[in-house]
Amino acid sequence: MANGMKIRAQLKNGVTEVKVLMSHPMETGRRKNDFGELEPAHFIQLVTATLNGKTVMEAQWGTGISKNPYLTFRLRNAKAGDRIGVRWTDNKGQGDAIETEVISA
Amino acid sequence: MNDSRRSFIQAGVALLGLMALAPLKALAAIWNKPAFESTSVDGALAGLDAKSPQPSKDIVLSAPDLAENGAIVQIEVESRIPNTEAIAIISDKNPTPLIANFVFSEGVDPYVVTRIKMAETSELRAVVKAGGRYFMASRKVEVAVGGCG
Repeated sequence: MANGMKIRAQLKNGVTEVKVLMSHPMETGRRKNDFGELEPAHFIQLVTATLNGKTVMEAQWGTGISKNPYLTFRLRNAKAGDRIGVRWTDNKGQGDAIETEVISA
Repeated sequence: MNDSRRSFIQAGVALLGLMALAPLKALAAIWNKPAFESTSVDGALAGLDAKSPQPSKDIVLSAPDLAENGAIVQIEVESRIPNTEAIAIISDKNPTPLIANFVFSEGVDPYVVTRIKMAETSELRAVVKAGGRYFMASRKVEVAVGGCG
């Protein structure tokens, strides 16, 4: 799943807004495919955000997050050049991670 | 001290170090299966340990009044309640109503924007944990085409 994520962290008036896009099917386990078979559940369960390596936000997700999940969150204590990381893990134990630098707007 | 004993001790020290770095409130890392797999709102709230959340006007829950496509409904939640620790999102009529639970550390605003699936026209709720208590805001979202396939 390399390059399956996008991230941007922009600092403006003391607030860093982080926008993240993840590539994931987010299958609920209730959808039938073109062959009439149920697609097994496959969804992100944990999302962790870090600031310079320290965890600042953790999310648990169910199957109700849309396919190719999108997330915005805001930090108060980040400076330009700080490192923001986001990683996810799904119910199959797969995962992906991305990191970016805080950019001053 | 022989090498294998030394590496054993080093591994033990490293493990202790990892344990010391326990995540926020040591909540996460273990997916809340009972809450997320519950098929009722009450079950989801019980799984979150959110007993009888109090209605609050200090939770701003933004969502479209009419969602054309229930597969992608963009929502925004902001809590203005001091010491907000977590925000959970619940769509009452989804097969499993609990959608997400976000836990924040200091320095992170209790604010999220994300996109959710809604099975049908339903109440949408944001449940906030602050200072060990639970608060809630809700609004109705009309869904034209359900998105929980």
